Amino acid sequence: MSVLEIRDLKTTVKTEQDVKEILRGVDLTVKSGEVHAIMGPNGSGKSTLAYTIAGHPKYTVTGGTITLDGENVLAMTADQRARAGLFLAMQYPVEIPGVTNTNFLRTAKTAIDGTAPSIRTWGKDVTAAMDRLRMDSSFASRNVNEGFSGGEKKRNEILQLELLRPKFAVLDETDSGLDVDALKIVSEGVNRAHEATGLGILLITHYTRILRYIHPDFVHVFVAGRVAEEGGPELADRLEDEGYDRYVAAASAN
Amino acid sequence: MTVIETEPSFIPVQTRSERPKSTIRDDFAALTGREAAFKYTPVAELSALSDGPLDGAPLPIRVSGDAVGFAASLIERTDERIGGAGLPEDRLSAAAWQAFDKAQLLSITGEDAQTVTVVRDSAGAAPRAAHTVIEVAPNARATLVIENSGDAQLTENVEVLVGDGAHLTLVTVQQWADSARHVASHFVRAGRDATITHIVVTLGGALVRLNPSAHLVGDGSSAQLLGAYFADAGQHLEHQVYVFHEGPHTTSRVTYKGALQGKDAHTVWIGDVLIGPKAVGTDSYEQNRNLVLTEGARADSVPNLEIETGDIIGAGHASATGRFDDEQLFYLESRGIPEEEARRLVVRGFLAEIVQQIGVPELEERLTSAIEAELSEASVA
Ligand SMILES: Nc1ncnc2c1ncn2[C@@H]1O[C@H](COP(=O)(O)OP(=O)(O)OP(=O)(O)O)[C@@H](O)[C@H]1O
Ligand SMILES: [Mg+2]
Repeated sequence: MSVLEIRDLKTTVKTEQDVKEILRGVDLTVKSGEVHAIMGPNGSGKSTLAYTIAGHPKYTVTGGTITLDGENVLAMTADQRARAGLFLAMQYPVEIPGVTNTNFLRTAKTAIDGTAPSIRTWGKDVTAAMDRLRMDSSFASRNVNEGFSGGEKKRNEILQLELLRPKFAVLDETDSGLDVDALKIVSEGVNRAHEATGLGILLITHYTRILRYIHPDFVHVFVAGRVAEEGGPELADRLEDEGYDRYVAAASAN
Repeated sequence: MTVIETEPSFIPVQTRSERPKSTIRDDFAALTGREAAFKYTPVAELSALSDGPLDGAPLPIRVSGDAVGFAASLIERTDERIGGAGLPEDRLSAAAWQAFDKAQLLSITGEDAQTVTVVRDSAGAAPRAAHTVIEVAPNARATLVIENSGDAQLTENVEVLVGDGAHLTLVTVQQWADSARHVASHFVRAGRDATITHIVVTLGGALVRLNPSAHLVGDGSSAQLLGAYFADAGQHLEHQVYVFHEGPHTTSRVTYKGALQGKDAHTVWIGDVLIGPKAVGTDSYEQNRNLVLTEGARADSVPNLEIETGDIIGAGHASATGRFDDEQLFYLESRGIPEEEARRLVVRGFLAEIVQQIGVPELEERLTSAIEAELSEASVA
């Protein structure tokens, strides 16, 4: 059983003009096997939270802590965090020209495990995982995300999630841009990882549709850089009906 | 890579086919650096080659590989093959032409696509000139690798006569010592239905200026001109590529990719394509991509296209210079890959597109390691 704990997290980003405060004291605790949905208006800082957990150098932490089983995550570089068991499925996965998916996956797996995966089983594991995500085998020899459609990039993120077997995954709008069938296929991938490894999940989304496939234990409303309300799955339905108006109004009144 | 797609400064080559040609050095004025073809070249560093006396003795070579259907010999200046593929268009090339004693003939007659390697590793530090004629018999097929290493102050001409229906892959590798200066003009002349794959890999040398030209004379001939280069601190690596589509139904693809790292690393790529009035049905595309890894490095890239017939299939060009993309590095790191390795992966991947087309696995591996060594050396420095 592992715990990812975020306490009073504050981050800023440097813009061309000034330093912008984005996260204003985030509190969140995710345990192994739990699914936490995060919903909130555009620009409220959800991706910033995701990147800050993953260690993107663009964001500066100005206060608070992130710990993984008591270890100080903020002291780790991005690659160390990944090796400690954190994973981020990005809202906009990056294209890497000239690096094949096969080579990338093997390099990442080797880095995460500390030893090269068995030649005998690895190829089969990759092929099987791609089959389950209905990814054509040609995606193995293509360059990482290069020329992939939006939905194909998202599948490729979940392929990595399944193969790298992290302890905690942040899924940043993995459902955006997926057609109805793809949403189901990708959700099944997330659920497989969840069941196979007791993965803890932070699922950032704008839509309740994905929550029909991936059932959250908790729903957090994220507004103006912090968690404005927490509840169970029913909170998601209420948000879908009512929107964020009353939280936004309350946040700006503060 | 954050790609800054530059709208290439479009200077038509106007008279590329009419540039003056001569085998006499002094028919060309002393270099000033203001000439269009020398605009980016530090000409002062080449004065020993452009103005001084040159040793014209043939370069020592070592041949390895399966030499059936391959022969190396020296030929006299009066040999009728000399000048058969092209003539000098600048002073450095003419200086070499004027000074060589005998030419090195490499003749290929075999038809079973063997690989032959010619090593040139003892040019030495004294200024010298060389002339090479590569003759590929009609319908012959081969891969010829010329590996250059050690010190050199060399200006040379390489003529490549590709016979009707022949297929040649010519790979030249510049892994010169840090002090070396090397100026070369390659003249390829392709016969009917001939195919040339010309690959340049330039990694070592203080100053390398290598100008490959492909003259597609024969109906249906095609040329693929590929280049990969890695310049680190203080290096000047220049490639001026020229494709002349003279015959009808000719095809060319030019792809040069370079990485630059370190203070005053400088690369120059100029790509001229001329589609002549008889070259109906031409299909041509040229591109240059540069990856600038650190501040203080500079990549100049100039594509030029001149079309003298309306009846072509296609002609295009692209040029892009990008920086190391933090987002790419972060993506790889967020998958557990340490920064050093992530950088290696990106650069190796970038240049792999070229290196992978050599088709000689042992050489591809060696060059890939050499590129990685360049990366780690420069990051230590
Ligand atoms: N590098 C940056 N430079 C300037 N502003 C930034 C930067 N990164 C984030 N921001 C700003 O921080 C705020 C939060 O952005 P973030 O991407 O975290 O929002 P989000 O909640 O993920 O929104 P969405 O639902 O649209 O994905 C936005 O106002 C955004 O413009
Ligand atoms: Mg976002």
